Amino acid sequence: MHFAIVIGTVVSTVKVPSWRGHRLLMLQPTDDSGTPGGRPLVAIDLVSAAPGQRVFYVRGREAATAMPDPENPADAAIVGIVDHVRRHDPGPGKKDA
Amino acid sequence: MFTARVVGDVVATTKHADLHAEKLLLVQPVTPGGEPRGKAVIAVDRAQAGPGDWVLVADEGNSAAQVLGKRRGAVRTVIVGVVDAVHES
Repeated sequence: MHFAIVIGTVVSTVKVPSWRGHRLLMLQPTDDSGTPGGRPLVAIDLVSAAPGQRVFYVRGREAATAMPDPENPADAAIVGIVDHVRRHDPGPGKKDA
Repeated sequence: MFTARVVGDVVATTKHADLHAEKLLLVQPVTPGGEPRGKAVIAVDRAQAGPGDWVLVADEGNSAAQVLGKRRGAVRTVIVGVVDAVHES
């Protein structure tokens, strides 16, 4: 799962029937600290996220299987709203292999 | 699968039902030599991994479903093991 920030809503009246009733949001991918990077994408919103919120999303087939009816063409779906990310202190005893 | 370093944890109150009660860890993909590579991602922990652990991460929905013991859903990235060593030949 990847971090992103919601940067907009996408309105689509004519869409595949399996997406009826679901919202589409525009996401800007970020790193874990919230720094934007990469190209924006459109994702199905499964957690009622709002513009400006930090979220995480799943890409690929699991975006479709995350929906109630898995027979749909979603390739990205928002599956969580980030409360906070805590980076562990590397500590003196942890060495890279 | 890829190897990664556990570098943090993620708290999310609002999340997909498939993620309820799952521990979400921040994992930084690493090269075979242990150098960071690309962005850190969120993985469900099913290997009791801890801070700094070098872990094996499966990134495919069917693998995740097998590990979680349920039908394919919203999860695709799961920590499935802790790496003891990688020997490069």
